[in-house]
Amino acid sequence: MAEPGETIIRVEGLTAGYDGNVILKNINFEVKRGEVFVILGGSGCGKSTLLKHMIGLYDVQAGHVYIDGDDIVGTEGPAREKILRKFGVMYQSGALFGSMTLLENVRLPMEAFTQLDLEQMDLLARMKLSLVGLVQFTGHLPNEISGGMQKRAAIARAMALDPAILFLDEPSAGLDPITSAELDAVIRRLAENLGVTFVIVTHELASIYSIADRVIMLDKRVKGIIAEGDPRRLRDESTDPYVHQFFHREAEVAPAAA
Amino acid sequence: MAEAALAIHDAPDGGLVLALSGRLVAETIPDVWRQALSALRGAVSRPVTVDAAAVDYCDGAGIALLVDLLRQPREAPVRVTNLAPSYRALLDQYDPHNLEHDLDPEPPRRPAIEEVGRTAGTVLGDLRTQIEFLGQASAALASAIRHPTTIRWKDVGLVCERAGADALPIVSLISFLLGLILAFQSAVPMKRFGAEIFVADLIGLGMVRELGCLMTAILLAGRSGAAFAAEIGTMRVNQEIDALTTMGLDPVRFLVTTRVIAAVLMTPLLSLFAMLVGMLGGAFTMLSFGIPFVTFVHEVEGIVDFSDFMAGWVKSFVFALAIAGIGCLRGLQTGAGASAVGDSATRAVVSGLVLIVLIDGVFAVIYFVLDI
Repeated sequence: MAEPGETIIRVEGLTAGYDGNVILKNINFEVKRGEVFVILGGSGCGKSTLLKHMIGLYDVQAGHVYIDGDDIVGTEGPAREKILRKFGVMYQSGALFGSMTLLENVRLPMEAFTQLDLEQMDLLARMKLSLVGLVQFTGHLPNEISGGMQKRAAIARAMALDPAILFLDEPSAGLDPITSAELDAVIRRLAENLGVTFVIVTHELASIYSIADRVIMLDKRVKGIIAEGDPRRLRDESTDPYVHQFFHREAEVAPAAA
Repeated sequence: MAEAALAIHDAPDGGLVLALSGRLVAETIPDVWRQALSALRGAVSRPVTVDAAAVDYCDGAGIALLVDLLRQPREAPVRVTNLAPSYRALLDQYDPHNLEHDLDPEPPRRPAIEEVGRTAGTVLGDLRTQIEFLGQASAALASAIRHPTTIRWKDVGLVCERAGADALPIVSLISFLLGLILAFQSAVPMKRFGAEIFVADLIGLGMVRELGCLMTAILLAGRSGAAFAAEIGTMRVNQEIDALTTMGLDPVRFLVTTRVIAAVLMTPLLSLFAMLVGMLGGAFTMLSFGIPFVTFVHEVEGIVDFSDFMAGWVKSFVFALAIAGIGCLRGLQTGAGASAVGDSATRAVVSGLVLIVLIDGVFAVIYFVLDI
């Protein structure tokens, strides 16, 4: 297992897309253990595509994704399962199982992969749900709670087995500012106290400033990374007009007619 | 990986010390957890100190163990000492005594008689909805026929292809096998009486009056009825139906009419095909019993007249209307969640099959009374 500060994820020459279309070309970056790493970019730039290829949901067109030293690309069978156990994923829509209560959703990975008793798993699942403010809704089905609550429950499920890495796809979207800030605090606590590494796709600038150690910014025009580093420095020092526009929430201004 | 371990000893002040050590993670702690709980329960009135000085690492499962020890109902207190500050921060996130306060309402328990009444009310309400929907769909269909330009013919074409042309192979296969098996099963005993030629009559009348359109309707219910319910149900879950309604577009006219028209156009054609292929299956079997194809056709011509054909074929229009309508209705009634779509598809098939039986029964009575 990587020590704090060591590389835990390495993306090398990743080219990705769907049905032969290239959306991302030759992407290279590294994520350090315990880091909160944020993937930024405008709509349609390939943030979620990058995330889905990093977690092995789709086959890459070229390149490698090393998770804690093991390449997820082309690895099958038990070796792949071992890699999958190292991370948890929260999907954009929550993706909770509709026929199970929130408690059962969070307990499911524990039932499959631990030797804990049912009571112990229940307590652990309740604790995960309390972290995201849902301990009073453990017996509810996903369709009985709001979209924001579903998202929080999905984060609790992703954390069920205390994985070393958590991939979160738009965790703050649809949450009120207070819940969003609480979630940010949870992310920081887990990163600082347990050394959990976070890879987060988000648009929320306030959230990015409060949690991100480092960001990369994707742009669909170059199909790749146009900026990388501390978000505050990028905001204050970047000379790239698009990066400036993004961090200062400016609308694109059409060039004036000559 | 260092295993988790628990050492239990007495403290000088009469209390109990539970000394935890090693890695407290989900893989290592199940036994330690059980031992610690049992030690705690065996000393309800003694103060307990959980000493975490020798804990190397502690993830969420380890914290859960500590929380579980802290929340046990006891006379004397439990405290956790020497926990590293980073893990203490994680432990302090939880209130051990406030993890069980669910807001989940208890499902109301009702007397059996009330349950029977409620169920009967639901069934009657569903029947009423079906009748209302049939009226609504018929009105939309009548309006569409009066104003054909308002129909989305492109969608009708697509549904025709999916519910009609694409269903041709399975309709052919089932009908052919049905004719084949029916002929074989009846020919064997009839041969004993030298009456195998009358198998042609049986197959001809059976396929034309009943089985051709019945098998097509059953396949339509299982294939297209379920598909309509799932499609429209998914649209309901994705709020597409809400979007149509708020745009001022009637979902029945927009979604149901096209499907019902397509089903009513395609099912009679499929039924015709099923009748022919079924008879072909029968003729194929009869060849092996020494009855040539020409003889078979001649025999069928002699027994099946135009009224027999119409008696069977007319039913296919009504079957199509009912099955497509009920499929769409079940889709529109879809609740929330992924399982709701599956429920709708199931209910569409079951309701469709029930309707087929009912409609066929009604036709049988009508034909009996009219002596057709």
